[in-house]
Amino acid sequence: MSATTSPGTPPRVRLATMWLDGCSGCHMSLLDIDEALVAVAPRIEMVYGPLVDAQEFPENVDVTLIEGAVSNHDDLEHVRTARARSRLLVALGDCAVTSNVPSMRNRWPVKNLLETIYVAGTDTGRLVPTEGVPPLLKKSVPLHDIVKIDLHVPGCPPAAPVILFTLTALLDGHMPDFTDPCVVSKVRFG
Amino acid sequence: MSQKISVRIDGQLCTAEAGQTIYQVAQAAGRHIPALCHMEGLSSAGSCRLCLVQVEGLGRLLPACTTPARDGMAVTTQSETLAHNRRMALELLFSERNHICAVCVSNGHCELQALACELGVTSVRFPYNYPRLPVDASHPRFVLDHNRCVLCTRCVRVCDEIEGAHVWDIAGRGIASMLVCELDRPWGEAESCTGCGKCVQVCPTGALVEKGRAVEEMTKRRGPVLHLAERKEARP
Repeated sequence: MSATTSPGTPPRVRLATMWLDGCSGCHMSLLDIDEALVAVAPRIEMVYGPLVDAQEFPENVDVTLIEGAVSNHDDLEHVRTARARSRLLVALGDCAVTSNVPSMRNRWPVKNLLETIYVAGTDTGRLVPTEGVPPLLKKSVPLHDIVKIDLHVPGCPPAAPVILFTLTALLDGHMPDFTDPCVVSKVRFG
Repeated sequence: MSQKISVRIDGQLCTAEAGQTIYQVAQAAGRHIPALCHMEGLSSAGSCRLCLVQVEGLGRLLPACTTPARDGMAVTTQSETLAHNRRMALELLFSERNHICAVCVSNGHCELQALACELGVTSVRFPYNYPRLPVDASHPRFVLDHNRCVLCTRCVRVCDEIEGAHVWDIAGRGIASMLVCELDRPWGEAESCTGCGKCVQVCPTGALVEKGRAVEEMTKRRGPVLHLAERKEARP
């Protein structure tokens, strides 16, 4: 996607997406806005995320959409980087908003949890993996427990029309109102 | 003949009967007040604090479902203060237990979830409590999942007032309160339960559900309970 703009058109919004402890369903739902992508694409420059190649989270990002809860030390570092380098941070979907399914493990201490799954739960592994995987946090938490979040978009996943409503509002320079009659029936919380 | 009173609801003058609650008067006047624990046909508990209203001259907010309307009362049902307090009440309910809607049989048919959308709750500002709570699946046809219970006591009231069995009660206090079957025994061993399922049908969330339902499959039928309540009311 090119960042060049013809004279007179407003500069493209530098958009990043991030995938933490989630199932990628929110990213799928973003792609599910289908033909509306054609209208959105010329207004954005996709600078980071699982849908593009960039390896490093860049500076001066306008909007970052984050999917997933904060569950391990890598997530923690990523969400802090995103906060430091983005003007607007959006929690996209229930895992980012409430911690959702990842929080179901919060009732058990991490050690017991891992041993139950990797030792007691298998007859081949017998070991809790430690190499190449970041250590888990004590609890899986919503993004706003770690950094300031400017907008929460609930839903598991947020319905495509809700994502489009959000993107359009942000590209037009205002915050979406989810009690608006044209989306309220498509918004789901929890 | 009952005594008539005059009440102002959001500036609109309404005539009501003495003994009616603010909620009933507002409803008759076509004013919508959000509510969770309240259910038509059952007595009022005032436990969820979502129907809070402002009464002129009073410094504190009152639950509309348990406060009797008085002659000359001026009530506000919609304001910034009320919206703020109602949202906070709802967020506290979400933070108290483990409502993980994505994996709930009542997802999409839940009154708690619907209220969050109606009141514009998009996140919970309070830290989640993540309590470790049991699930009672000992009954052959129904399940009680404490993780999704909001302690509204609809089940307690419907069982006592409509079915006449009084299987359910609330034990403990404050945040440690729990719904209990008889004197705290597994539902499947209850001697007084008739297995009618009224508690399941009136439960606003996925706390009381039918067995064998998958995610999003549990829809509740309130019609029969409302019908029985009307019949009871009409009895001489």
